[in-house]
Amino acid sequence: MRAIDRKLLRDAWRLKSQLIAIALVMACGIGAFLMAVSASRSLEATQAAYYERAAFAHVFAQCKRAPLSLADRVREIPGVAAVEPRVVVSVNLDIPGMFEPAAGLIVSIPDRDDPILNRLHLRRGRLPEPGRPGEVVVSEAFAEAHAMQPGFTFGAVINGRLERLAAVGFALSPEFIYSLRPGSFVPDDKRYGVMWMRRDQLAPSFDLDGAFNNLAVAISPNSNEAAIIDAIDHLTGPYGGESAHGRDEQVSHRYVSDELSQLRNMVRVTPPMFLAVAAMLVSIVVSRLVRTQREQIAVLRAFGYTAGDVGRHFLALVAMVGVLGAVLGIVLGAAMGNLLTSLYVRFFRFPELQYHMEAWVGLVGIGATTGAATIGAAWSVLRAMRMSPADAMRPEAPAVYRVSIVERLGLDRALWPSAKMVLRHLQRHKTRTAISMLGVAATVAILTLGSFVGDAIDELIELEFHTAQRQDVLVTFNEPRATRALHALRAAPGVITAEPYRVVPARIWHGPRLRREPLQGLPSDGTLRRVVDDRFSHVHVPPDALVISAGLAELLDARRGDELVIETLEGQRPTLRLRVHRVVETYVGTGAYVDMATLNRAMGEGPTLSGAALTVDAAASARLYQELKQTPGVATVTIKRAALESFEETLAENLLTMRLFNLAFACVIAVGVVYNTARILYAERAHELATLRVLGFYRSEIAGIFLGELAVITLVALPVGVAAGYLLCGAATWAMQTETHRIPYVVAGRTLAFAGTVVLLAATTTALFVRQDLDRLNLVEVLKARI
Amino acid sequence: MPPAARTRTPAPSAAFSARALTKVYGMGEVEVRALDGVDLDLFAGEFVVLLGPSGSGKSTLLNILGGLDVPTSGTVRYLDHDLTRMDDRALTRYRREHVGFVFQFYNLVPSLTARENVALVTDISPDPMPAHEALALVGLAERMDHFPAQLSGGEQQRVAIARAVAKRPDVLLCDEPTGALDVKTGIIVLEAISAANAQLGTTAVVITHNAAIAAMADRVIHLSGGRVAGIETNPTRASARDLTW
Repeated sequence: MRAIDRKLLRDAWRLKSQLIAIALVMACGIGAFLMAVSASRSLEATQAAYYERAAFAHVFAQCKRAPLSLADRVREIPGVAAVEPRVVVSVNLDIPGMFEPAAGLIVSIPDRDDPILNRLHLRRGRLPEPGRPGEVVVSEAFAEAHAMQPGFTFGAVINGRLERLAAVGFALSPEFIYSLRPGSFVPDDKRYGVMWMRRDQLAPSFDLDGAFNNLAVAISPNSNEAAIIDAIDHLTGPYGGESAHGRDEQVSHRYVSDELSQLRNMVRVTPPMFLAVAAMLVSIVVSRLVRTQREQIAVLRAFGYTAGDVGRHFLALVAMVGVLGAVLGIVLGAAMGNLLTSLYVRFFRFPELQYHMEAWVGLVGIGATTGAATIGAAWSVLRAMRMSPADAMRPEAPAVYRVSIVERLGLDRALWPSAKMVLRHLQRHKTRTAISMLGVAATVAILTLGSFVGDAIDELIELEFHTAQRQDVLVTFNEPRATRALHALRAAPGVITAEPYRVVPARIWHGPRLRREPLQGLPSDGTLRRVVDDRFSHVHVPPDALVISAGLAELLDARRGDELVIETLEGQRPTLRLRVHRVVETYVGTGAYVDMATLNRAMGEGPTLSGAALTVDAAASARLYQELKQTPGVATVTIKRAALESFEETLAENLLTMRLFNLAFACVIAVGVVYNTARILYAERAHELATLRVLGFYRSEIAGIFLGELAVITLVALPVGVAAGYLLCGAATWAMQTETHRIPYVVAGRTLAFAGTVVLLAATTTALFVRQDLDRLNLVEVLKARI
Repeated sequence: MPPAARTRTPAPSAAFSARALTKVYGMGEVEVRALDGVDLDLFAGEFVVLLGPSGSGKSTLLNILGGLDVPTSGTVRYLDHDLTRMDDRALTRYRREHVGFVFQFYNLVPSLTARENVALVTDISPDPMPAHEALALVGLAERMDHFPAQLSGGEQQRVAIARAVAKRPDVLLCDEPTGALDVKTGIIVLEAISAANAQLGTTAVVITHNAAIAAMADRVIHLSGGRVAGIETNPTRASARDLTW
């Protein structure tokens, strides 16, 4: 080994704790990058393979009742590869041991064969025997939530009659990788399940013998999906067809895709931030190293080492940090990727979800860390290379200090000399002070960003579950009903109030722009389900006008006063023309609201409702649920409390995992920044502080000066970080908003306090750790040493 | 600066008394005896020069007298305090209340002006003189708002002396105070130390290997190989400005 390389290794060893701290910051960035990239690629690969193997359909269409012969005509549309006509119905379930009703979706499978599209992947048991009544295959998630064994029987209200169903097998389907009850945001496997039943057993109960109400269509590669969708709509239209749609509007597919795009977004924010902090830390450490090794550099150059040799020497040190950071990052990324994948397995039901990390991802990691480190070191290394040996031999000119800005503001009399030392030192090392402050501020910002999602969700819950939806139970009928049904509900046990609503599937046009969106009719004097904007204000829906959500307005490019054309897709399918009375800022989903009486009139019907919102006396709820389970015509019963609980439970766990990661990452940054700053500060100040000790200062007094500088950096950085965090949360809400969802931009005071406290604690602990070195100052040497 | 040339009889009471003072440093496998059984008394208000070549034990002795180091064996008393029995906190307090240090390389805090460097010490002393007064004593009243980088070496050392004497220390310990200075500047600095000794009655101990400085002292203690090789008493003290080297 060459002597200069030995020097390199010894320098690295001497600086090991600082370099490791930097490598850890890098590791977090690269870990997050690798986790996101590898998890998203694993998920993508799994999804593609599963779709392929299970022949997942490309286009989906619904209609009221179409003859099976129509499926043959769909098959003839150019580009259509396969068609699966199906019966898909919503049912209410009565699960033994559960007093609340559960909702189910029953999808038909061919009488004898396996389906050609959306094939089932049986996990246990078998498919229903052809011709045997009451046998179903149940989605694995629902079966697990109820600890079902093959042969498990339960009740289902099938077309108004309570029937017994037997689960003979448990399966997965590419159509329900993520199964979501309509109108809900998170899966609730206990209260919502999918079942598959032989067509000949299911169709007769719904008067769909020889007919279908749902189509799954596979299309050939390179065919025009939009044209096929139009052709299908054209064919199914006369049979009550609602707009066909591609995978992009298929709930399960969309959620998996959203997750993938979130992972891809994550790659753009977190890793660059960490690498930037790491680069800044490298810059302050290398800058200090070059300054202290000035005379050594001079000697090397004097003895004939070239500028390039000197540059390579320092860059090699930097590369060591980069490689160490990347290696740690790869290990961390793989561990986190695995963990994330195991979380996915719980939400996304794939036959198998295998995690793998590709080699190139690791190489990108190494490239990124060494690149960041090199950028951080570049300026100092160039300075080292440009040093003329003769100049470098001479000690650096003494530090020139100035009266600090704070003192010039007139505070000089109020400050002790030690406080002045702190301020002037900070001011003299402006760049480093700024870098350290930025680093600490970044930590606060990252913590704020990681925690604010919880605040946003709290806000969302408050708005959606407590302000907009004030009912206890929401009942949906399988067909629109006359007012009689409302009276029946009002008479049901425990019902205090019942408020009707009307939903009509519709296509809404604004000029050439089209959006499929159900029209929601709300009673003008309604108090339970209300349109509420993002400021929690109740929005009145006047007669003969529309209130639409900002999301829908954007999709349709519509403004207040614009006239929209609404093609309803029910009954006589009348077309309405209504003006936009108001555009409402909302967070979740798109919506078009109209006065219920207006809607009834436009549909050419008397007072008719699609369902009702109820407030319920909790003491009688068990009896109510029992009755609703067996009420013909009740398609679904949604209990707000249960929905909320499942929402909070699912999210709480995810948020906690996310916050813990975030906390760990932020602490690494805080420690990395404060540790490196403290070390350099110590190195620069040791002589001065030892002098003060000789002059009679106690350890606590010099510690005050040392820690004071770190305290100023941290305390100034805190508000900067809070402001940056607040802005970052704004950017995140903007980046994460989709066509239909927005995240409330709400950062609670407790989130900011949490971020500040964590950073303060991390900084204090680190600073106190370095402070111990003050006890080992050599007071004797200081008398002889030249600064 | 007032001339300091006058004759003095050392006060009979010993401010410091060292007995059988030994300091052994373990340097790897080699033991170095920096002090080897030193017996010594220093009297209140006297000006003492410790003379000796490198490695003779001057600095070690000064460090022990200043409470920066502890002997391996033997005792050192300052008045009624036994320095060898003090813990770190007590030694710090001793330095804070009784000792003024002047270093070869000044050791000023570069981020503080001359006045503030002095104030740094006066702020923690029980009975200090005002910082500007201490600076006036060393002839730097005009430059007290300058930072060290704006002062010459001699001026910096005078600030260091002002900083040391501002607390009205009982003893002023100077380690090669002129070591980094040219003759002319060195003399000015020595005059400052001498003035403090004369005007404040501070015991001054100056380490040097510059024999010329010995002429200023009441007593010259020669150290060699960690022992006291001899003590001379000057019948007359020379003024700093009469020295040449």
